[in-house]
Amino acid sequence: MIDFLSAFLSAHAVIIITLIKIVLLLFIVLTVNAYLTWFERKVVAHMQSRWGPHRVGPHGLMQPLADGLKFLFKEDAMPAGVDKFVYLLAPLLALGLALTSIAVIPFGPNPIVLFGHNIWLYIANPSIGLLVLFAITALGVYGVALAGWSSNSKYPLLGGLRSSAQMISYELALTLSVVGVLLMANSFNLTEIIDKQSHPAWGIGLLGWNIVSGPFPQILGFFCFFVAAIAETNRVPFDLPEAESELVAGFHTEYSSFKFAMFFIAEYTSMITVSCLCSILFFGGWLSPFPHSWTFTFYLPSLLLIPAGVWVIWDGVRYETIWGKLVLPVIGGVLAIIGIALALPQLQFVNVFIQGPFWLLGKILVFLFVYVWMRGTLPRFRYDQLMSFGWKLLLPVSIVNVVLTAFFVLLRSNP
Amino acid sequence: MVPTTYYIALSAVLFGLGVLAFIFKRNIITIFMSIELMLNAVNLAFVAFSQASGNLDGQVFVLFVIIVAAAEAAVGLGIVILIARNRQTLNVERVDLLKL
Amino acid sequence: MSAQLLVFFVLAALSVIGALGLIFQKHPIHSALSLIVVMVALAGLYLLMGAEFVAAVQIIVYGGAIMVLFVIVIMLLNAGLEEHTSISKMAGFPGILLALALTGFIAATVARSAGSFAQIAGDNGRIAGTLSSTRDLSTMIFKTFVYPFELTSFLILIAILGAIVLAHREKS
Repeated sequence: MIDFLSAFLSAHAVIIITLIKIVLLLFIVLTVNAYLTWFERKVVAHMQSRWGPHRVGPHGLMQPLADGLKFLFKEDAMPAGVDKFVYLLAPLLALGLALTSIAVIPFGPNPIVLFGHNIWLYIANPSIGLLVLFAITALGVYGVALAGWSSNSKYPLLGGLRSSAQMISYELALTLSVVGVLLMANSFNLTEIIDKQSHPAWGIGLLGWNIVSGPFPQILGFFCFFVAAIAETNRVPFDLPEAESELVAGFHTEYSSFKFAMFFIAEYTSMITVSCLCSILFFGGWLSPFPHSWTFTFYLPSLLLIPAGVWVIWDGVRYETIWGKLVLPVIGGVLAIIGIALALPQLQFVNVFIQGPFWLLGKILVFLFVYVWMRGTLPRFRYDQLMSFGWKLLLPVSIVNVVLTAFFVLLRSNP
Repeated sequence: MVPTTYYIALSAVLFGLGVLAFIFKRNIITIFMSIELMLNAVNLAFVAFSQASGNLDGQVFVLFVIIVAAAEAAVGLGIVILIARNRQTLNVERVDLLKL
Repeated sequence: MSAQLLVFFVLAALSVIGALGLIFQKHPIHSALSLIVVMVALAGLYLLMGAEFVAAVQIIVYGGAIMVLFVIVIMLLNAGLEEHTSISKMAGFPGILLALALTGFIAATVARSAGSFAQIAGDNGRIAGTLSSTRDLSTMIFKTFVYPFELTSFLILIAILGAIVLAHREKS
């Protein structure tokens, strides 16, 4: 029995490893989504001088769980006169496409070597990786348009049409703004794009990133890409189609309980994908900004985890509720122990392995914070201002970026 | 390796279904979509031949067909909007003012 | 049956089901959704043949732009269910027969010339990936086919202008 199992496993190793990776990545992405909502509510609240969720569990950490349970138990009302098939298809499409886009993102340069198999930190690494992401973004318009139309009601219809028109308009600027990076990297493969940024001047990592180096620094490209991506994901300041004071709730007005949660998760997942893309394309992905010779920066994860753990423990023992007094020190203790473990000389191979994903996750967190920061501070665009901004400013600027990058690449290349 | 004949047979079937849809449907937008189906069937044949002969010309032609189909869809749907605005119907059998 | 043949049959069945959906669905939106299924299945077939850039362009342009245009126009014009006009059954039956005859004729021509495919194919050991790297494709477009490329960009400009002029509502 055991040898049959091991023979089966080793014959189909690739498929089994991929299936396990998919399940793991889905679990991680959905959990990150849930705590991203907590993060957003806390940060926006603190920017508005209030506390945000702080009753459900210590510091409101159980709030996503409560929200999820609420979504599951709410009444699932289907309005009369909807087109049933399309009404049920739209949230499935939105969620499925958003989750599929995480499959092509590489999280680290080195594979985990287990039982002689190389387990890379991505699910798929096609040679047209970037085009796959754009294809998924292009198909994402359907989720919104079909949801708005099938709801048999005027607010969702208007919101859906406006939102899909906005998404198609900004898709052009999104795709064109990346062409500069492609010209410099000569490949659509995300791993190769990061590798092209790993040859910095004077060995200082920061100077190799696409935003400051290369034949033409991609600052214009980054600006166009980030703004167009915010418009694509329907976030503030481009969220008129789902603004509460304008269109009730836009295209997802008539959706309740779990179907609404699916749209919600799809929006936050596309936020995460865009943050990953920004950091990979323009900010060097898993490369560290410090000079290569500063090998003591390898201890940076420990240097961050240990004080964080101690602070959480200290906050925990002074917390009001008994539950907080128990849970928070445990979390803090776990963080501190991981931090100390990474600094030990016996576990140095783990420390070296974890450098790549650590930097990538740090950059993703920075971009997510910028997203949430904009939600808390900026007012929203009016619809005609939005459309004229996309067509009359963003598209010409991205075309100018392509032309300038092509010019400088040609100038610097050795014929 | 899938034999090229299979791809061409699928292309022929899709083309035939597109012709059927073109003849039997009465909504002008659906007729338009059947034209797109026929173009797609032809694209499939092009790529199949390009793979069989190792020549990239077929794929370049497919890209041009996709571009021309996009331009045609834009102008065609503009005409459809005009017809819908003027005759208040999308049924091709009712747009028959020139009939004897 | 190899894995490739299995994937081919699944994708081919999906595309034929989508095409049948286009014919037999009553609401234009459902026909549009069936056509999108056909396009995604065809993109899968292009990937199977190793034409990865064409597959990506098919999804981005056809599935993500052209079909979105169709869907938005259907929504804007509020296209309802197909009306039930009287089609003469006598004319319908020969029509279907003729369409099937067309398909059969194409298929028979293909089957008869299947031998010459082998001649075109030469050695059948072509590895899918080496056929169409994006670099080779772009070299062909920008060197050999640069004139058609510029002409199509001009054509698209004319199409944009034409669509705007056609759909423009006069402020009377």
